[in-house]
Amino acid sequence: MSTETLGPTPAYNFNVVKWFSIMTVIWGVVGMTVGVIIAAELYWPDLNQGIQYLHFGRLRPLHTNAVIFAFGGCALMATSLYVVQRTCHTALVSNALAWFVFWGWNLIIVAAAITLPLGFTSGKEYAELEWPIDIAIAVVWVAYAVVFFGTIMKRQTSHIYVANWFFGAFIITVAVLHIVNSAAMPVHMFKSYSAYAGAMDAMVQWWYGHNAVGFFLTAGFLGIMYYFVPKQAGRPVYSYRLSIVHFWALISLYIWAGPHHLHYTALPDWAQSLGMVMSLILLAPSWGGMINGIMTLSGAWHKLRTDPTLRFLVVSLSFYGMSTFEGPMMAIKTVNALSHYTDWTIGHVHSGALGWVAMVSIGAIYHLLPKLSDREEMYSVGLVNLHFWLATIGTVLYIAAMWVNGITQGLMWRLYNEDGTLTYSFVESVIASYPGYFVRFIGGAMFTAGMLIMVYNMVKTLRGDQKSEPAAA
Amino acid sequence: MSLFWNIWIIGLTLICLALVTWVLFANRKIKVDKDGEPVTTGHEYDGIEEYDNPMPKWWFNLFILTLVFSVAYLFLYPGLGSYKGFFNWTQINQWEAEMEAAQKQYGPIYAKFADMPLEEVALHPQGKKIGARLFADNCAVCHGSDARGAQGFPNLTDNDWLYGGKPEQILHSIKEGRVAAMPSWTAALGGMDGVDAMSHYVMSLSGRQHDKSKAATSSTQYMQMCAACHGADGKGNQTLGAPNLTDNIWLYGGSQRRIIESIDKGRAGVMPAQKNLLQEEKIHLLAAYVYSLSLDEEPK
Repeated sequence: MSTETLGPTPAYNFNVVKWFSIMTVIWGVVGMTVGVIIAAELYWPDLNQGIQYLHFGRLRPLHTNAVIFAFGGCALMATSLYVVQRTCHTALVSNALAWFVFWGWNLIIVAAAITLPLGFTSGKEYAELEWPIDIAIAVVWVAYAVVFFGTIMKRQTSHIYVANWFFGAFIITVAVLHIVNSAAMPVHMFKSYSAYAGAMDAMVQWWYGHNAVGFFLTAGFLGIMYYFVPKQAGRPVYSYRLSIVHFWALISLYIWAGPHHLHYTALPDWAQSLGMVMSLILLAPSWGGMINGIMTLSGAWHKLRTDPTLRFLVVSLSFYGMSTFEGPMMAIKTVNALSHYTDWTIGHVHSGALGWVAMVSIGAIYHLLPKLSDREEMYSVGLVNLHFWLATIGTVLYIAAMWVNGITQGLMWRLYNEDGTLTYSFVESVIASYPGYFVRFIGGAMFTAGMLIMVYNMVKTLRGDQKSEPAAA
Repeated sequence: MSLFWNIWIIGLTLICLALVTWVLFANRKIKVDKDGEPVTTGHEYDGIEEYDNPMPKWWFNLFILTLVFSVAYLFLYPGLGSYKGFFNWTQINQWEAEMEAAQKQYGPIYAKFADMPLEEVALHPQGKKIGARLFADNCAVCHGSDARGAQGFPNLTDNDWLYGGKPEQILHSIKEGRVAAMPSWTAALGGMDGVDAMSHYVMSLSGRQHDKSKAATSSTQYMQMCAACHGADGKGNQTLGAPNLTDNIWLYGGSQRRIIESIDKGRAGVMPAQKNLLQEEKIHLLAAYVYSLSLDEEPK
């Protein structure tokens, strides 16, 4: 079918991909374990034993940074550097620079893991790291961009594959977001103040914050989807046209969505409205990605019966579709008035983070690990399947608990007595949330248990161990 | 909003929406490929091909629907720069309308109590009930749901008062707030040894176990430095909000370590003024409620 003739397989650099994949799994365990700890602290508030380094306020940013930038970041770097080589039919433009990105990124994560529990923070959500680390991030990110785009430029294919559009958009936009939002005036090595003031600071922060979701956690992972789903299913991508439309619509609309985090605040009305309508229009472009992924399976649905890796990928798309329906709905002011500041938001984030981002990454890593260690399949496909069920049930428990909590809280907070006073004080809504906190803790623990199984399976696979009996599917 | 920013916002918004709509229509394909496999684009990447299938019709329509909704919304509500929208809606006027409606509905209930003396409200079942609810909504976050306070936040049920427990004094505390200032005395007392000795004197005031010789060395310093506010007998001064040191009730904790901390570092207690946060009638009910909490307690 191909009209171009490509040369022999180039000397791909898969070693850096392998190490990014390994770190994805390791940081996944670390970040999710911290998540389970803080979930437990909400249920057993004395768990931190008064030790400041274990306080919820210190560990929560560690959790978010570790899962988004360490786990998610390594997954994106592993997959993007793998996909760009294979779909461009060319080796990386610079191995040295790729290794610089690997070491730089992982050292930044270590620096985050040290400074956040110590209490060094700029106080901006998902951008808590202080200015020296921010500068390091910018440098490493530019190096990453050079490796990625440099490789695209020396491609042997005439066109650029759709996965690389998404990776490219993610890399460029995250650079812009990070640099603009992190602009700050340092007072000393570990403290700085934002370059913006008041409502403008809030707007810049959520322009960054929501696009961390839109570009880091969505566009980048759609890039993963566009390679690993057709590859694992062995089917062509459903619609090229759909990918063009939803790509351009997604990247032009996401950048506007930030103000929906600031409904009914000091942000001017016009900015709130624009944030809301652009978020609403995002529904169709987001679903475009889901449709293109799921429809790619037509003709290959039977593979789901035997291939847990494909199951991870397909279920991730279902969660993606669900949370991208929920997102535009929650951006509507009337709905937001109920959902804002409640656990519903946390549930929404995790249906995206666990259901979509983590599941699609795990699926991609399960696809990669055998390829990177020259073998047919993972050491144990049965354990991949077990991981799949732990992850799916854990995610469902987590999201359901937060829905119940969020709606309960929202309804309790807005209930009035016949004299106009509030029916419930805040602490009563906290007490009502306890069962949900426990279920969430169980869900998170199950998800993390799945990651531990993955570590075992990964080590066995990389070491080249074979099961004594033939691998049962 | 200046003309430039106005045009900037409206222009970017409309251009973005127009481009998205154009991309959608430009890639439309009505004709579905007949018989068997749909055609691909002819490209192949690492073995992956792409079909040239049309976008699903329902999805296309959904996209159009959200675009139409958004354009209508931007016509009806503020969004396009300084254009106010057809409904002339703002979040401020929504809030004002809701407050006005609430005032209409609930105003008479509060008006009933506004002219009633505080002592009378404190005995009125409905007044106390509303007061308790207002307390839970506004005060419990510091003073606790049971009004028994916490470290740094006074217990309001024990009839021990920093600024006086008469109804009008309580009303004043809520309405205007209170600012207490206990300075650090370490330098004046000649260092931490002096602070330590003074803590023994302070403990002696409430008849607690203490080192008699240390307390004796501090008595002169107490009279020179502390008595001005806490009184020569240590019974405090409600005009200044200086706590009574003889009753073994401790706002910041009564262990020797806490007492040393108070003398060494000072304390700065703040009760924020509520007059700009709550309506006068509500403060009236709150004062009556707080007064009612210790009616059965012996004055201290």
